Formats: sequence, structure tokens, C-alpha cells
Amino acid sequence: MTTFGWPEFLFLLRAAGWTLMLTAIACAFGGIGGGVLALMRLSRHPLPRRFATGYILVIQSVPVLMVLFMSYYGLAIAGVEVPPLLAASLSLAVYVSAYLAEIWRGSIEAVPFQQWEASAALALSTPQQYRYIVLPQALRISLPPSVGFLVQLVKNTSIVSVVGFVDLARAGQLINNATFQPFQIFAAVAALYFAICFPLSRLSRHLERALHASSGH
Amino acid sequence: MPAVVIEDVHKRFGPLEVLKGVSLSVETGEVVAIIGRSGSGKSTLLRCINGLEAFEAGRIEVAGHKLDRDPKHLRELRKDVGIVFQSYNLFPHLTVGQNIMLSPRITQGVATAQAKQLAQEVLAQVGLSEKFDSYPDNLSGGQQQRAAIARSLAMRPKVMLFDEVTSALDPELTGEVLLVMEGLAKGGMTMLLVTHEMAFARRVADVTVFMHQGRIWESGRSEQLFTAPRTAEMQGFVAAGLK
Repeated sequence: MTTFGWPEFLFLLRAAGWTLMLTAIACAFGGIGGGVLALMRLSRHPLPRRFATGYILVIQSVPVLMVLFMSYYGLAIAGVEVPPLLAASLSLAVYVSAYLAEIWRGSIEAVPFQQWEASAALALSTPQQYRYIVLPQALRISLPPSVGFLVQLVKNTSIVSVVGFVDLARAGQLINNATFQPFQIFAAVAALYFAICFPLSRLSRHLERALHASSGH
Repeated sequence: MPAVVIEDVHKRFGPLEVLKGVSLSVETGEVVAIIGRSGSGKSTLLRCINGLEAFEAGRIEVAGHKLDRDPKHLRELRKDVGIVFQSYNLFPHLTVGQNIMLSPRITQGVATAQAKQLAQEVLAQVGLSEKFDSYPDNLSGGQQQRAAIARSLAMRPKVMLFDEVTSALDPELTGEVLLVMEGLAKGGMTMLLVTHEMAFARRVADVTVFMHQGRIWESGRSEQLFTAPRTAEMQGFVAAGLK
């Protein structure tokens, strides 16, 4: 019987790398999707608005696990072989996009309408209003909830183990099966999650302060 | 040709008709004060002039632009027609200088160096030269409002609209803003101002318009209008204002 030592810890560390990678990919694609969906939600035209509303409603009401199963097993049955990393990151991206879209829509709507009026009165076009006036202010408003969601995401990525993807949580289970030292192992797993999430929270606070400072608050 | 022509403008908010056929003509270089009780439609009328409010019937022409709902036409019109709001509405994430330079740069294609020079000129005009790099939140209300006036002036407007610009200010801060406006009036700017500052209207405005229940109830040369109001409503309003 093996015990929990350096090689096992390095295994955890590598798995933590996969967790980070997965989060990063989900964030990148989910972020792009979320941004587009947020703007669609706020569009003057009913068609994109309805599509985005429906998408967000469905995704937020369905467990991400089901999306994951559908993209992994479902597509496999349809004859499309999807590697676990791709299935996992795409499913998470779908989930992330629906939540970020709502956070960002709320942030954009939180910018006072007088800012729209003042910039319209200065002859700015709608894209210019977004780019120079509304989005910079919405960004500051959205930062704490976005990072909060990101921290949640790091931890929620653990569900991807169900399609055979070895992330940090799954790696802990595997080592525990071999060593049966749950206390040490899961303490180490928890410590690694903490090591990822804590700096994120700190970064958010730092950015918030930096953005506030630049507006003279 | 007049700088502003308003002809039989009707405007409703749902079931409420706030403008019931308003006509008004403002000559180039003229200063017109619009007074009246709250709910009389005076702010709505002002906001119709640069298209911030749409109206159902009638015609408005300002600085050679005919008002319609085409966004492109509206942008062209707004390059020539500045507005200053009661709540200043500076952009809080930009410095005073950036607030002023933004629109000339991105809507009129003014180069950054020229825009900076322009910003310094208009800031000097409102007495805020030293606030170029300050953020709006670090300015007093009076300073913010003067910066907002400077931001409008940087567009080199042909007509300026002022929507109760001193109403949100502490009494001791209204003077500095009114002084800037008086300077503009003397410089020949065509101005329409919605105001509660009766003494200012009487002294600075060439023409005063009294609005009541969505109509222009009474109008004329300011001095004459305030000295001898003809309608009972205007008499009551002026008396209440002087107390």
C-alpha cells in the first residue's frame, strides 16, 4: 500500500493545472458568449433579445451536469467523438456564458440613464456610447460579482470528473483509493483550491480599488 | 433666419398631454428664458429641441437642422446644439479634460493636440483651468456644472440649452454658474434656458416665456413681462417667486 508523499502531491498539482486550464478555457469562451448575450439581451430588436432571454433561462434552469452528459455521451452516440477536455470546457463555457450574461446585463443597466442621455446629447452613436461611456462604468460595477462567480467556477469544475476528466478533486479521490489517507489528501486538495481562489479574490479587491482610485472616489 | 423654430408642437406621455401646441421662434444671438411651474412642460419642450424627447405633432428646426428620429440626423443636429442638465451628468470615469475632449475627438475628428488646446480654452472660459486633470467627484457642484458647460462649449455649438442648471446647487454656488451663463449671453450665444432664477431671467434674457398647462401662456421682452404681467397665472407665479 502506497502512502501520500511527494509523487502523489505532484499528481495533485498536475491535476490542479488541469482544473486551472479548464476554468481558463470556460472563462474565455463563456466570457465572449456572455458578452454577446448581454448585448443581445439589451438590444432594441426583439429577435436577439428573445433568443438571449430564452437561452439564459434554459441554461440557468438545467444542471450543468446534463449539458455535460449531452455533449459527451450524446454527441458520441451521434457519431462525434468528443475528447473529455473539449466536452468539459464547452459545457462549462455554455454554463458560464448564461451567468456572466446576466451579471453583465445587470451591470450595464446599473449605469445611470443620465449617462446615456448626456453622451447622446454630445452626438455619440450607440456603439460609441457603449465603448466610451457605459462599458467602462459597467466594468467597475461588474467586477466583484464576476470574480465571485469565477471563484465558484473553479470549485464547480469538479463535476467534469464524471466524463473521466482528472481534475483536482478527481485526482484526490484516485490517490485516496490507493492510500486511504483521506484527511491528509483532501486537506491538500482543499489547500490547492484555496491557493487558486484566494489570490483571485484578492486580485478582484485590488482591481476594484485601482478602478475606484482612477475615478477619484 | 431664426436659430430655433418651434411650430405647433404636441407631445404626450401616455394619456397625459404635456405640450398642447407650442410655437416659439428664437433669433440668432437671442437669449430666451422659459419659466413656469413644475409640470408646465417647460423641460419637456427644451428636451424636444435636441431630440432627447420625441414629439407626436408639429415641427422643430434648430440651427438649420430639421428634427426627425433618424439617428444620423440627430447626431448632426447635436453637434450644433449643446445641452446642460440639472444633474451635470459628467462622465465619472473620465477626468474633466477627458470629458471635454471626448466628443470633439470621436465625433468631429479633432486631433488630440487640438482637442487638448480646445479643452483648455473652454475651461479657462468657465474659470476652471486648474481642474483639467481632476475627476468630477473631486469638484464641488458649481465646479461640476461649469465643467459640464465647458464640455458643451467644446463642441462649438450654435445653440445652447440649459435645463434648470442651478436647481441642484446650494444657493451659494449658483452665482458662479449664472456668471458663466451671463458671459455666454453677452458673447452672443443663442440660448434657451429653463430656470427658476427669476432675477436672472429678467436681467439676462431678452425674451421670457411663461408656460402653463402645456402651453405658452404669456411671452414678451423680459423686463416688460416681469414688470407688467398680463395674465392672472403669470401674476400669481411672479408674486409667489418674489414672495
